[in-house]
Amino acid sequence: MDLNTKYTPQSWPQHAENSTLEGKNKFVGFWLFLGGETTLFASLFATYLALKNKGPEGMEFTTQELYQLPLVFIMTMLLLTSSLTSVYAMYHMKNYNFKAMQAWLMITVLLGAAFLGFEIYEFNHYVHEGFNYSQSAFSSSFFTLVGTHGLHVLIGLGWFILLMLRNSKRGLNLYNAPKYYIASLYWHFIDVVWVFIFTVVYLMGVAG
Amino acid sequence: MSSIAQKKGFGATLWDYLTTVDHKKIAILYLVTGGFFFIVGGIEAMLIRIQLAKPDNDFVSAGLYNEIITMHGTTMIFLAAMPLIFAFMNAVVPLQIGARDVAFPFLNSLGFWMFFFGGIFLNLSWFLGGAPDAGWTSYASLSLASPGHGIDFYALGLQISGGGTLIAGINFLVTIINMRAPGMTYMRMPLFTWSTFVASALILFAFPPLTVGLFLMIFDRMFDANFFDHTMGGNTVIWEHLFWIFGHPEVYILILPMFGVFSEIFATFSRKRLFGYSAMVFATVLIGFLGFMVWAHHMFTTGLGATANAIFAVATMAIAVPTGVKIFNWLLTMWGGSIKFTTAMLYAVAFIPMFVIGGVTGVMQASAPLDYQLHDSYFIVAHFHYVIVGGTVLGLLAGLHFYWPLMFNTMLDETLGKITFWLFLIGFNLTFFIQHFLGLLGMPRRVFTYGADQGWDLFNLISSFGAIFMAVAVTILLINIVKTIAQNKAVGRDPWGDGRTLEWAIPQPVPFYNFKQTPLVRGLDTFWIEKQEGNKEGMTYAEPVGDIHMPHNSFIPFVMAFGLFVGAFGALYNGEQAWAVPVLILGLLITFLSMGTRSLKDDLGYHIHKEDLMDKKGGKH
Repeated sequence: MDLNTKYTPQSWPQHAENSTLEGKNKFVGFWLFLGGETTLFASLFATYLALKNKGPEGMEFTTQELYQLPLVFIMTMLLLTSSLTSVYAMYHMKNYNFKAMQAWLMITVLLGAAFLGFEIYEFNHYVHEGFNYSQSAFSSSFFTLVGTHGLHVLIGLGWFILLMLRNSKRGLNLYNAPKYYIASLYWHFIDVVWVFIFTVVYLMGVAG
Repeated sequence: MSSIAQKKGFGATLWDYLTTVDHKKIAILYLVTGGFFFIVGGIEAMLIRIQLAKPDNDFVSAGLYNEIITMHGTTMIFLAAMPLIFAFMNAVVPLQIGARDVAFPFLNSLGFWMFFFGGIFLNLSWFLGGAPDAGWTSYASLSLASPGHGIDFYALGLQISGGGTLIAGINFLVTIINMRAPGMTYMRMPLFTWSTFVASALILFAFPPLTVGLFLMIFDRMFDANFFDHTMGGNTVIWEHLFWIFGHPEVYILILPMFGVFSEIFATFSRKRLFGYSAMVFATVLIGFLGFMVWAHHMFTTGLGATANAIFAVATMAIAVPTGVKIFNWLLTMWGGSIKFTTAMLYAVAFIPMFVIGGVTGVMQASAPLDYQLHDSYFIVAHFHYVIVGGTVLGLLAGLHFYWPLMFNTMLDETLGKITFWLFLIGFNLTFFIQHFLGLLGMPRRVFTYGADQGWDLFNLISSFGAIFMAVAVTILLINIVKTIAQNKAVGRDPWGDGRTLEWAIPQPVPFYNFKQTPLVRGLDTFWIEKQEGNKEGMTYAEPVGDIHMPHNSFIPFVMAFGLFVGAFGALYNGEQAWAVPVLILGLLITFLSMGTRSLKDDLGYHIHKEDLMDKKGGKH
């Protein structure tokens, strides 16, 4: 693979993300990794459901009174939108439009960072109410499940930023196209997990 | 023959192995490290048998005994059996499918070093205040109450090495999906590749639940979480579920690749095509699938209720069907073949009755009411040693003899090999067969001693006596290995004379780029087909000689894994030592900075040019 090959939108392969063997390996390997991540989150969800509302004798925290749906709704909208903007970025990657891709990724990162900001605010709020990590089995399982997702968001943000900085001067090639692509796959996965968290933790916690 | 002549200094060789990304060298690293831990686990086993040789023995204290049994199980499963399996997967699978390396050579190295540092970390517990002592299953109520840092070493060490295993699993899946030579369709893949494929899929889905379980344990013990503490609303059964959702597929991860090795050996030394190839493939996949449906049979006595127990009992019994299919296919492969009883073949033949014994007792335990009787008795100990030693260890020993010429271009001494075989087989049966009866007589597992009036003296003595045979057998195996390395007699290509698959068609010693030209696979047992047609080269090529792309060596995987190793000490002493949190941060920083270096610095590899390939006369041998 030659990094100096110059492409035009016409000569750019239709599936730049897996047009080389390395790209193909990354593509398949990352999908498989996401399969493993799915069982990881499934285990965390199961743990959370088993320990929901469980705590020491006389614990007053319950999902109904703890969660604030308006806040979580804003977070959901932010993350769902960021998934959409990352799709736009990949659309421009496919069309060999580097500048537009970087711009959309930038927007994705900003939305993701806003999401994370709200999440930190939310966690902080709970801790101030006394619902800290060691307070009960419920609190441990809540923070572990949602926090693991938050950590994934943080890693995703770092990943996007590193990619954007590293390639800002040299543009797209067949070496970094798969990297962008799998980073966006990761971002979608994070989004899907959040949809489940929103439903299982928050909606079912308040309404279920 | 130019490549053997070069003598490198010790430092250069060491650096080469620390930085290698070549699957053949990583295989050797796995073999040596796994072999080392196998010896360590074996010594622990001997200590157990010495302690139990006579009643009211005080050779080791009750507390130390708990540490020894825990470390024996943990070491043998995670640090000996799995790495040794990875050794053969690395050595054989890329060659068997006609690939130049695995899909992610860098990650392959990272996986090894994570296993390495995880194993070292776990074993350092012996010197840093005591080893884990809650059994290899480390049930939560017991392990939360365990004083000292033993359990912390267990959780953190397995977390690191488990990460390495997950990486290796994904790597083999992608390798097999993407990098098969032209013509190698899924239904032409040799059985060892198939079983590696299925075992890797099991790793992919079974290890994350363990990761979660271990994290919950780490958080509970080191960061004041409350997952398993029922006074805080926690539930100890969660650990049991997570552990066995991992733990049951794990036993198939251990046995399936060995089924693959045996399939290769039966076909090779019966000089017949494997009987019922497609049934074998189907059975392998089915066992892998059912392996995820049966975890609660380890928890029949937990109190999940009659319905759950019934469902898991039936699912467990169902696994006997595809396993039976395999047993009959192996028997029918030998039927009418012209059998050569090499050491590898002896192990394979002995494996069948041994594994059937283990399988039958397994079906007995699958019956939930009976399991209430057998649970936590020596019957269980006997059962799982019959499947793990009678299946996995015999498979590893068979594979060692069978694939040694492929890995080292020399051959282990057959006479010494057969002596090892007989001693090991006799010793194994002496040790474990009688334990079935000890269990039926009521001897519980994991007790450090028993009274003289309980009537278990003689059987325990026989069992301990048998262990000596196994120890002698392994010693002779080590002598055999030293002798073979010292003599260093090259055997060349297809040393067994009856190789059937691609790995035997490649010139010896295997060039570092594996195949000069990618082979064209013309059927199942492609090398056999070529030999039948009188093709001296043993391969039909799919491409002309051209430049070969190779990855660079890298020291980064070592540093990444080392960072986790350092960070684990920080987590371990959290809240106890002032330096704990800084060390945790330092360790993670080392890891993340080396990850950053890896992603910021392009590593495109290099090319071996066509002209150089022609000069080396790589095709002549």
